[in-house]
Amino acid sequence: MNAGDSGLPRWVLLPAGLGVSLIVLPLAAMATRLEWPRFVELVTSESSLAALRLSLLTSLLATLACLALGVPLALVLARGRFRGQRLLRALVLLPLVLPPVVGGVALLYTFGRRGLLGPVLEAAGWQVAFSTGAVVIAQTFVALPFLVVSLEGTLRTVGQRYEVVAATLGARPTVVLGRVTLPLVAPGLASAAILSFARALGEFGATLTFAGSLQGVTRTLPLEIYLQRVDDPQAAIALSLVLVAVAVAVIVATAGISERSAWG
Amino acid sequence: MSVPARTLAAATAAFTLLLAGCAQPAAPAGSASAEPAAATLTVFAAASLKGSFGELGELFEAAHPGTAVSFNFAGSQTLVEQLGQGAAADVLATADEKSMATAVADGLVEGDPTLFVSNRLTIVVPPGNPASVAGFADLATPGLRLVVCAPVVPCGAAAGKVATAAGTTLTPVSEEQAVTDVLAKVQAGEADAGLVYATDALAAGDTVTAIAFPEAAAATNRYPIALLAAAPQPTLAAAFLELVTGDEGRAVFDRAGFGRP
Repeated sequence: MNAGDSGLPRWVLLPAGLGVSLIVLPLAAMATRLEWPRFVELVTSESSLAALRLSLLTSLLATLACLALGVPLALVLARGRFRGQRLLRALVLLPLVLPPVVGGVALLYTFGRRGLLGPVLEAAGWQVAFSTGAVVIAQTFVALPFLVVSLEGTLRTVGQRYEVVAATLGARPTVVLGRVTLPLVAPGLASAAILSFARALGEFGATLTFAGSLQGVTRTLPLEIYLQRVDDPQAAIALSLVLVAVAVAVIVATAGISERSAWG
Repeated sequence: MSVPARTLAAATAAFTLLLAGCAQPAAPAGSASAEPAAATLTVFAAASLKGSFGELGELFEAAHPGTAVSFNFAGSQTLVEQLGQGAAADVLATADEKSMATAVADGLVEGDPTLFVSNRLTIVVPPGNPASVAGFADLATPGLRLVVCAPVVPCGAAAGKVATAAGTTLTPVSEEQAVTDVLAKVQAGEADAGLVYATDALAAGDTVTAIAFPEAAAATNRYPIALLAAAPQPTLAAAFLELVTGDEGRAVFDRAGFGRP
């Protein structure tokens, strides 16, 4: 594609190019600072591996929690018709626009020892703060809107034609949901899940505020990067590049899924 | 634009949002001065000096009409990093001798650094002391939720030194990046006890209760201050250094809980 046959004025290319470099240049600059021969050694150190393992585990659990809570929520928002629906959607979107640290403070006042649910949880024998569970809660809090928004959009695009046909043929709502709706939105659901996984992987502010930072328990990759930045900048850069690589893989994967569903 | 290209663009846009959510703001350069002045003295100082240096900055501005003092408060290593990257400043005061040694080794400093205050750790507990902590040995009580700084952060290194000297093994539930994070967890009542510097505990007022302990002497932290080689205002910088190391400075630091160097 060139600017000529897209009907765009040529000058548009200049700010567009600057926009691309604003994103790509810092990442490239970071990559040039790394002593590449040390890369493997840096990302396989004990603390790096512990952070990597913890990040993968918690992000997976958070994605599962997002699916369990987010799919029904997206269905209600896309198919339901009730008073307060727009307000509900706005509320669900809040973590997208809130600074994560605000989310962390709010979670602390909910699940913390002196929080709203603290005494109940403590009585049940679960001290949430400083536990791996706290990390998963923080990640689910920030990642849930990604899944809901993305899936609701897919549900609306797909429409209700097939669902209506299935219902007139005598299929019950649960059968329609399982046999018609969910298979139809499967590609969208997959990319929504990948997006929320990526968001969970990058979670920093809420985790730091709410869960604390202890190797193997609550210190995820972003927290490890933040800590290493002080002591061993090379390790911080190496781990940052691992996260960049994951982000790129996620973009490619979600784009691939949308492309296939667009043609299929 | 074809459909796949558009979805790719949408995915990219979603990611930009996502990355924005993860971005951490860089340490902002704080400024104590409001009006433009004839000369501006720029001081890079450790975050724990914020209160005392703020006061001394006002004294300095009053004594030198037409001069404004601009502060950049951040972690000592961050300050040295920023100076190494070419940030322009006149004076550097760090919370540990190691960071200053780095600055000296990098040729950023003019002359020898002067030690001007010291700081030591204290135990902080939530008001009412729910876990009944009386001394350092109590921090090893099973089930007690202790929060400290991470070993790579100066306050964490000090905590490790004190524990080794006292022969106590600490099993914290969290190793935080900064003293403020430790304080926040104790203030919220999530932690039963924390280890922070005496000055931090004093600055936190009655939101926490400080418990001094003799073992803290094993890790006394000394703060060095130095003129910078590339100082745009060397004369003002020397005058500020005199104020900090003089009697007026001493009085301000005493009130903030700092010890003698």
